[in-house]
Amino acid sequence: MLRVNDLKVYYKTPSGYIKAVDGVSFEVKKGEIFGIAGESGCGKSTLVNSLILRKPPMIHMGGEALLEGKDIMTLDEKEYRKIRYTKISIIPQYSLNALNPTKKIREIVWDLAKEHGYTDKEEIESKLRERLRMVSLSEQVANMYPIELSGGMKQRVVMVVSTLLDPKILIADEITSALDVTNQRIILELLYYFIKEEKIVDSIIFITHDIGLLDKIADRIMVMYAGKAVEIGPTEKIINKPTHPYTQLLLNSLPRLGINYEKERLQGIPGEPPALLKPPSGCRLHPRCPYATDICTMKEPEMIEIEKSHFVACHMYRG
Amino acid sequence: MKNGSMLRVENLTKVFNTGFIKGFEIRAVDDVSFTINKGEIVSLIGESGSGKTTIGKLILHLLTPTSGRILFKNRDISKLKGADLKAYYQDVQGVFQDPFSSVNPLHRVDHVFDIIFENLLKDVDEKEKNVLVEDALRNVKLNPKNILGKYPHQLSGGQLQRVLLARALILRPQLLIADEIVSMLDASVRIGVLNLLGEFRDKYGMSVLFITHDLSLGYYISDKAIIMYRGRIVEMGDIKKVFHNPLHPYTQMLLQSVPDLNVKWEFKKRIEPEKEEKGIYAISGCRYVFRCPRKVEICQKDRPELLEVEKNHWVACHMYKR
Repeated sequence: MLRVNDLKVYYKTPSGYIKAVDGVSFEVKKGEIFGIAGESGCGKSTLVNSLILRKPPMIHMGGEALLEGKDIMTLDEKEYRKIRYTKISIIPQYSLNALNPTKKIREIVWDLAKEHGYTDKEEIESKLRERLRMVSLSEQVANMYPIELSGGMKQRVVMVVSTLLDPKILIADEITSALDVTNQRIILELLYYFIKEEKIVDSIIFITHDIGLLDKIADRIMVMYAGKAVEIGPTEKIINKPTHPYTQLLLNSLPRLGINYEKERLQGIPGEPPALLKPPSGCRLHPRCPYATDICTMKEPEMIEIEKSHFVACHMYRG
Repeated sequence: MKNGSMLRVENLTKVFNTGFIKGFEIRAVDDVSFTINKGEIVSLIGESGSGKTTIGKLILHLLTPTSGRILFKNRDISKLKGADLKAYYQDVQGVFQDPFSSVNPLHRVDHVFDIIFENLLKDVDEKEKNVLVEDALRNVKLNPKNILGKYPHQLSGGQLQRVLLARALILRPQLLIADEIVSMLDASVRIGVLNLLGEFRDKYGMSVLFITHDLSLGYYISDKAIIMYRGRIVEMGDIKKVFHNPLHPYTQMLLQSVPDLNVKWEFKKRIEPEKEEKGIYAISGCRYVFRCPRKVEICQKDRPELLEVEKNHWVACHMYKR
């Protein structure tokens, strides 16, 4: 469906390039929810945003992203506009504020459809009504302004708008981080329903800092650290048999229900993520890694397949 | 250490009025009562709009209650002024969600400590102050050398939040109001901040009101939980009892929604999403009635009282009325 090869996306600043995404490769298969996890500043948002819209200071420095065999990193704005919403669509972070506040939902949707060459207004509006019902909203929501909706309802409307033209790939960037747990669960259920049952979209890329959410919804997970992919594999493997030290540390810092301070003291990850203007040499985790040896400071580890479909970039597993 | 009530909240109510013409009442906090004992960490858990932040602000004397009382060590705080209010702030401190909006971006980080020393610790001389600040930073696992002299934007959110916590803790408060203090932090630094709260409680007997929407974090650090919905307490009590034997349908739904790694989710039983809730503060019955899967007729009409159904476990739901 989507194949990303050695993608490099930097930000140009007066003091040099910030290497936000630095040689990341992965593929997203048809019918799957592909999760990307990592802490703030790991490059996960830059990665997916670069697939949709590159604006200075964001620069594509190398690599490709093939959508149905065609490299979308080389499309110009005009060509790109054609595939946005129809082939690839994003629900951005802060999307709760992405809706034009002066227009009714119905009008927002019609503007979007018109731009993509739709002429039958009734067809689009009946599709909108149907989709609103799918996300448990009443048809009247079509006649409301975004401000009249609560955060959870707005997020469901944004979901409907971004998928109305049936894109192949839907990118969901931290779409639940501003929501309460119940609304979060509702959104996850709806995403699942959209792809697995209604098959409105073919694939979903779900980006989050909360790996616990990926455990619930993703088929496969890619863990990123400091602009690099460190581990990619089936969800069950990543959660229950994490191999990269960073994935292990991340999972160990998550409180689970049933773990209480009085009984069991959890530990965070020591230190801070590095600045990507001058990332550490070798493996970028080495200053924080409990297992770091000399080689880690000198040589960058390659991504190797340690068991079927489970990849890790760490010197501990070489040879 | 855990005896004697530090804070008692009695029938606390805060009503906001919206708009001039088509205005309506929002009963943000509605007849809420609870206590926090010495050395106790209490989680105040709820969704946005539950009133949890308003309660924190009322306790911090940043808002005036519409009715009800807040007693700190048996003293009503509503009339505190001047020197008494300053003394109150030595004992009761607050830390909030967004560390960057709590500091002046034009001032160096050191400045956040100046405010405390100018207002509450006037007698401390410069040398002693520096020692106190550096100790406080070390206490929250920061290296003073990497922090002092820097501007807020040069620090990460986790570092700055710990600086603000260090400031609050310099006063050795007896009660800390911690409002969503870790929700903007990455998982890897979150747990460190929570452990700090625990360590301060263990060392100094500090009490904490830990306001959060994250149930796992609440469970990790707290002794007691208070679950709120639309301005009212629906369930409260011993943290283990509330979490392992949730009684209120709302608490049950909340717990089902936690993406806990030990639990598998099935995407079959759809959770009832929120609906338009006009008039929710006007209805005479239970406010959860719009979403409750187990509602019966009485829930529309009568408001359930908070009842102690087992020792240290209260619930406000008609299902448990004897």
